[in-house]
Amino acid sequence: MSIAPPEQRIWWREPIHKVELGWIVIVFFWGLFMFFFMIAWHFIGNQNLSTETYRIQPSAYVAKVEAFAEKYQVGEENGVPIVRPPAGEDVYLLARKWEWWPILELKKGQSYRFHLSSADWVHGFSLQPTNINISVHPGYEHVINLTPTESGEFGIICNEYCGIGHHLMTGRIRVID
Amino acid sequence: MSTIDAGQIGGYVRNAIFRSCRYTGLKIDTQAQLLIKVNAVAAVIFLLIGGLMGLGVALTRWPAVHLLPADWFYLILTGHGLNLLIFWIIFFEMAVLYFASAVLLNCRMATPRIAWLGFVLMVVGAVMANYAVLRGDSSVMFTAYPPMMAASWFYLALILFVVGALCGVCVFFGTLVIAKAEKTYEGSLPLVTFGALTAAIIAVFTIASGAIILIPTYLWSVGLIANIDPLMYKTIFWAFGHGTQQINIAVQVSIWYLIAALLVGAKPLSEKVSRTAFLMYILFLQLAAAHHLLADPGLSEEWKIVNTSYLMYLAVMGSMIHGMTVPGAIEAAQRRNGFTKGLFGWLRKAPWGNPAFSGMFLSLVLFGFIGGISGVILGTEQLNVLMHNTMYVPGHFHGTVVAGTTLAFMALTYLVLPLIFEREIIWPKLAKWQPYLFGIGVAGISISMMGAGTLGVPRRYWDITLTDAAFAFEFPAAAYLMMGLNGIFALMAALGGGIYIAVTVGTILAGKRLDTKETQPLIFPLHSAGPEAAANYGTSDEAVKLPGTIILVSVFFITFVLYYFVNWKYLSDLWLFS
Repeated sequence: MSIAPPEQRIWWREPIHKVELGWIVIVFFWGLFMFFFMIAWHFIGNQNLSTETYRIQPSAYVAKVEAFAEKYQVGEENGVPIVRPPAGEDVYLLARKWEWWPILELKKGQSYRFHLSSADWVHGFSLQPTNINISVHPGYEHVINLTPTESGEFGIICNEYCGIGHHLMTGRIRVID
Repeated sequence: MSTIDAGQIGGYVRNAIFRSCRYTGLKIDTQAQLLIKVNAVAAVIFLLIGGLMGLGVALTRWPAVHLLPADWFYLILTGHGLNLLIFWIIFFEMAVLYFASAVLLNCRMATPRIAWLGFVLMVVGAVMANYAVLRGDSSVMFTAYPPMMAASWFYLALILFVVGALCGVCVFFGTLVIAKAEKTYEGSLPLVTFGALTAAIIAVFTIASGAIILIPTYLWSVGLIANIDPLMYKTIFWAFGHGTQQINIAVQVSIWYLIAALLVGAKPLSEKVSRTAFLMYILFLQLAAAHHLLADPGLSEEWKIVNTSYLMYLAVMGSMIHGMTVPGAIEAAQRRNGFTKGLFGWLRKAPWGNPAFSGMFLSLVLFGFIGGISGVILGTEQLNVLMHNTMYVPGHFHGTVVAGTTLAFMALTYLVLPLIFEREIIWPKLAKWQPYLFGIGVAGISISMMGAGTLGVPRRYWDITLTDAAFAFEFPAAAYLMMGLNGIFALMAALGGGIYIAVTVGTILAGKRLDTKETQPLIFPLHSAGPEAAANYGTSDEAVKLPGTIILVSVFFITFVLYYFVNWKYLSDLWLFS
């Protein structure tokens, strides 16, 4: 029994049950497939999270986002600037307790260099309803090449717990045709 | 009762007092027995606290009920995670380690004083952590990512707790050494002890990681260190945070083998395969800490792919092997027990009325189908972006840690009560239904949370209506339905958990004593024919055919593959990013 020592002292010479052997082979190759499919998606897929990252002081990042917002501001909503950067441009989004700043207006089908970082704690960028979820750390500026493929109003919420205002931390991305 | 006067190890040797188990014939060190009891009782107390907190969490997440205010919600959510994920499970695991070493090896326990020291440290740590959380200034969640800071009490409490756990693990190792030196068993360790050894080895790595990250974080909280890098914290923390879950897997699989052996006389199909599968846990399971870092900046794709796949899914292979060999061993045993009718006669005639068996089998099935498959999906480098930090994550780990580990522990309790506490289970009819209520409740919780996560609902979130937020956003109606279902299933699971606690506490306090002169039959009997009836693979040439198991694992495999590709389809519909 499983609670007694193996009946045969030299248990590694026991034969393996055929069903076990068959299952092991199937499972091993399925594992290999899943492993190589992740690698393959870097070549055949269009959704791979960028690893381009720079160290930055949180205050320096805040200054960069503010300069960016000032340069391309086109309006204001609830006291938050609406920013419409030219296509292909660097776009900055700031996470801080408890808002995503500023509001971004992007063009559908255009690619942007999308910068993400936090001014204070760890936050979670969660774009809804498309459901793209990325961790945002203070001190690390993450650059993602982002191309919106649908137009409309998108909500950003925070999905990394960041204190009592966590569920109030929202933002907007507007995608226009 | 008998005493031994001297062992073969030099130096101080304790005079252990043994009793002999009238149901299994095993020799039990009464010190080990007492330590198993106190650890199990502490576990159940923290299960009660954490379970009540969990009920509060679920009722707040149910949009129609929305029970608690935000600050209380985040407070009890922190407490819920700590009490259940850490305290309930690790106290119970200490009991399992002492059982798998001293009891199964017929051996005296090494240094019970150190085991007591460990127990006291763990109790102090657990109480202190609850105090820190209930004070209201440490609502930082189980993960406690800096720069968010808890009261320094909080980190100190966790450090004390893990040091206590390390003492217990050392006693386990020491007991193995004594058993070997005093030749209390022949040949290799029993498979269940081997599995427990796997868990203990993983525990050492895990506890070391915990110390490496918690000690500087504690120093930071008292002002001696200026800064803790958030990405560094997260990377090392998860070697601890995910590592504790890997201990659970190794322990829970050992419990599957243990219960199958005691209740139907099951024997591993082949020792070699089952042991190799455990060995793969030691080698590869720890890499899964990377699952938590797939959506993070600053880590390369190569690092992510190698680690998140446990080096080409070799640890997943270990789990899938156990997922086949445990039902396979049960089928083989049942067929030898005479239940040979059809494909599933062996399963139909299994002791489903015995909560130890039903709990074990539900744990096996739910862990595989819900926790296991969703874990691989979450841990796929690109797919993670679809559900990172959404409700899908708690959905996944309620499938592993609750439907898998907790249910396995509950099942084992129905054997621990008569065999170690020597009390007959009171309210057997309630006990009979308990695993079904709890298992179905937790399965419902997991699936509805995974559904909500797929629709974008974030985890650890007080208000999904976003009523007070500056830029409101409307989740689809289905998300509300899912969170409502989560609440209903949580009530069901809470009822099952409540019955478990009532039966356990009732039995310990008022169950009929079994340590009297004459041997009484158990209400939930062990396998009558004993070891002789066990499957005898390897020593005879008539290998049993296992058609039922083949069908079960085929259904599992097809589900896995289909669900895997469905998620790639979802991913390919997203915005483009690289």
